[in-house]
Amino acid sequence: MTHKNMEITELTLTQILKALEEKEFSEEELNSAYVKRAQVLNAGLNAYVTVLEPYEGIPAAIKDVIVTKDVKTTAGSKILENFLPPYSATVIDKLESHNVSVLGKTNCDEFAMGSSGENSAYGVTHNPWDTGKVPGGSSSGSAAAVSGDMCVFALGSDTGGSIRQPASFCGVVGLKPTYGLISRYGLIAYASSLDCVGPIAKSVEDAGQVLEWISGPDGKDSNCSKSFTFSREKIKDGIKGLRVGVPKEYLGEGLEEGVKETIKSALSKLESLGAELIYVDLPHSEYAIAAYYIIATSEASSNLARLDGIRFGGNRDLFGAEVKRRIMLGTFSLSVGYYDDYFARAAKVRTLIIKDFEKAFKKCDIIAGPVSPTVAWNIGAKVNDPLAMYLSDIYTVPANLAGIPGISVPAGFSDGLPVGLQFLGPKWSEEKLLQVAYNYEQSAEWNKQKPNLTVSP
Amino acid sequence: MNNYEPIIGLEVHVELSTRSKMFCSCSADYFGKESNTHTCPVCLGLPGALPVPNKAALENCMKLGLALGCKISDESRFERKNYFYPDLPKGYQISQYRWPLCKSGIVKVRNKIGEVREIRINRVHQEEDTGKLTHSGENTLIDYNRSGVPLVEIVTEPDFRDTEEIRDYAKKIQQICRYLGISNADMEKGDMRLEANVSVRKVTAGHPELVEGSLAHAGPTSVGDSSSTTRNDMLPPYRVELKNINSFRFMVAAVEYEIRRQIEALDKGERLIQETRGWNENKKQTYTQRVKEEANDYRYFADPDLTEMIVDSDSVKKTKEEMQELPVDKQKRFVASYGLSETQAIMLTDTREFADYFEEAVRVGKEYSLQPTKVANTLINKKFNRDEILPAKFVEMLVGEQEKGVLPDEELEKIIAQAITDNPQAVADYKKGKESSVQFLVGQVMKFTHGKADPNRAKELLTEKLSSRV
Ligand SMILES: [Zn+2]
Repeated sequence: MTHKNMEITELTLTQILKALEEKEFSEEELNSAYVKRAQVLNAGLNAYVTVLEPYEGIPAAIKDVIVTKDVKTTAGSKILENFLPPYSATVIDKLESHNVSVLGKTNCDEFAMGSSGENSAYGVTHNPWDTGKVPGGSSSGSAAAVSGDMCVFALGSDTGGSIRQPASFCGVVGLKPTYGLISRYGLIAYASSLDCVGPIAKSVEDAGQVLEWISGPDGKDSNCSKSFTFSREKIKDGIKGLRVGVPKEYLGEGLEEGVKETIKSALSKLESLGAELIYVDLPHSEYAIAAYYIIATSEASSNLARLDGIRFGGNRDLFGAEVKRRIMLGTFSLSVGYYDDYFARAAKVRTLIIKDFEKAFKKCDIIAGPVSPTVAWNIGAKVNDPLAMYLSDIYTVPANLAGIPGISVPAGFSDGLPVGLQFLGPKWSEEKLLQVAYNYEQSAEWNKQKPNLTVSP
Repeated sequence: MNNYEPIIGLEVHVELSTRSKMFCSCSADYFGKESNTHTCPVCLGLPGALPVPNKAALENCMKLGLALGCKISDESRFERKNYFYPDLPKGYQISQYRWPLCKSGIVKVRNKIGEVREIRINRVHQEEDTGKLTHSGENTLIDYNRSGVPLVEIVTEPDFRDTEEIRDYAKKIQQICRYLGISNADMEKGDMRLEANVSVRKVTAGHPELVEGSLAHAGPTSVGDSSSTTRNDMLPPYRVELKNINSFRFMVAAVEYEIRRQIEALDKGERLIQETRGWNENKKQTYTQRVKEEANDYRYFADPDLTEMIVDSDSVKKTKEEMQELPVDKQKRFVASYGLSETQAIMLTDTREFADYFEEAVRVGKEYSLQPTKVANTLINKKFNRDEILPAKFVEMLVGEQEKGVLPDEELEKIIAQAITDNPQAVADYKKGKESSVQFLVGQVMKFTHGKADPNRAKELLTEKLSSRV
């Protein structure tokens, strides 16, 4: 065992499952190690809104937009400050049936609206690699918790990049699955047609394990009915001859030089593993951000209407500025006289983006590119420029509009900060997606690097 | 004096009597149940909860659409109707707007002078009910037991011209719902709710005065694919919505009052406005509830939580086959197979139970060569409790009477009429108060019929006849 000398909290989920089986340590030891580390580091990172003290099971961190029975679920909002859900999300039930315990609820941008983790009513989460930087968002706390070894793995939600981008900024693996692969029942909705629950993990294999646990049809979610088979063993097959598409649009203007170089060397690495690189076109990518912000805010304006302070929660004046901004944008886009020019037109763009991907996937098996045009920025740098913030989602949003899966894998560093490599695949192609991600990860081993966090006794 | 023509459209809501609610598995039977006991995260609109459609309700909606002559859309969607109200837990109602399940039907009704007129159905769509508010003093209590109960909305074009048509239409909708077994459609219990859009337009020398381009009646509910643009283009520039009237009688009174009020106002040269009015039963008047400056903007959009509903022709065919025979079809069949008159057929098909009783009696009676017309006549004329006497027993009684040679009522009545004409003195005596004169007339009837009449029945009919001849 190579990990005999390692801290329990440094182990991956895969390693922990094996170690537990071999009785190298007990579940209680496992939990107490994580609880201690989470409690200590949270003071500086603010990754958790709530830390529980489980003593058995695999301790996982759950984004606070996923409801947990009798455990406060805030969605990062003041309006739900005292909300105790009377039920658990399907993904929580599924995890619990696989001996996973909820270690805590993680901080996030309010109602998952944000790309930096700064929109939480419970304060900004700090990037474990540099606490002066944002962790990315909206699954800010989940990514930071995994990165800081404050949990074995985490669940996040991805509506426009909210799993992949913070995973990229924090140097961990983040998977946004095919829309409809994982039940949304119990995920507090931001934009229902785009929202996906997914794992944030220490390795690709870990992400695959969690995916296996939480995916599959759910009678409580009308959009989650397809049965799905996924073999974790298959992802270890080699990728010789795999056609990897590189969209020209993803390596153009706006991409930071350091990120570009990192991605380019990652692409060469794939080539050296036997993959064939092909340039592909995604011509409607430039309209994706505009379409996304119309569709997402429109759905959000309706989804957040239930927060009326009557049955639960506080008054609507407790919504933060970004949430109010998006409710107004969405309300406007759906109004009579604007619907056709905004919502209906955005829906047409969405169709074009779906077709772009369908065409591209005729030429390649998997698409590769950057997750974000930049690495993590300074806390506060973009808070007064919502448009600049919105543009940071440019490479992640198209996958949500198309409903296809995407994964962010650590690909190196730029200015000392993690850079994520993104793979995108056709719908239901998780096996292939994880296969290429696994092969890349194993060859590069960037995930072995850990941020320098000191836990003073 | 100007001539005016009322233009009325109806929106009818029918609550379906399915076992569970529209989008969750809570019981839909909320009547008289303890408040907020039939609730779950879905019908309480809790964060994270998602709707899953009730297939039985959709099938019932489809049945109703088919019964009203609608086309079933191969592709339809649930949509969100967004507005804030405390009885609406999600802040939107799941309904249908651009893509209703059933479109473009026809219902035939009779007007005041007995003519048959066609009312066009714009749509029949599926939605969900809201919770129920109870105001007590300063407080308002909310009961979410009703929240999410399946509701079907039937929207007509503005084709009604008098209240008799409305009466007939509402009765037909109720009858069809009961026939299909999809709802009790009881207005007093709130199973069936009516809203009317009323306006009047001037008719000059047989040509209505047209207001071009006005779409006052084409509110949000008729945006669908309206095949009636030509007629809609000629509607008055306003409409008054009559709402929250929970009795059928009051609704008719309110519509009649509105027609008079609007005509008087127009005659005085007043301008009528778009508004919602209610009914004050004490004053027998309608009153303003809400004046609309602009149409409500419900910001409808397809509900992303629910997938598109694809209905193929096979399942429409299957639903049609499973459907109960409708009143109109039953009437036609009764006329064709049993030789009944149209009036008899209509009376016997008033309820499905009555029609079934009749057919069962005919079936049993066949063994005794009992004529269906005879069964029909007796059932229509003789009032008795059908719950107590089963059809077989009823037939047995009828056959017994026939074997005894007892004269049927219609023949007996002819003889009674004759006896009355032939014995003016006895009739006069009876009118003066000599009760025993009836006995004399009964004797006469028995004599005419050679003892084949039932003396008790003869006395009954005689007394009836004599008392009516004042
Ligand atoms: Zn319910």
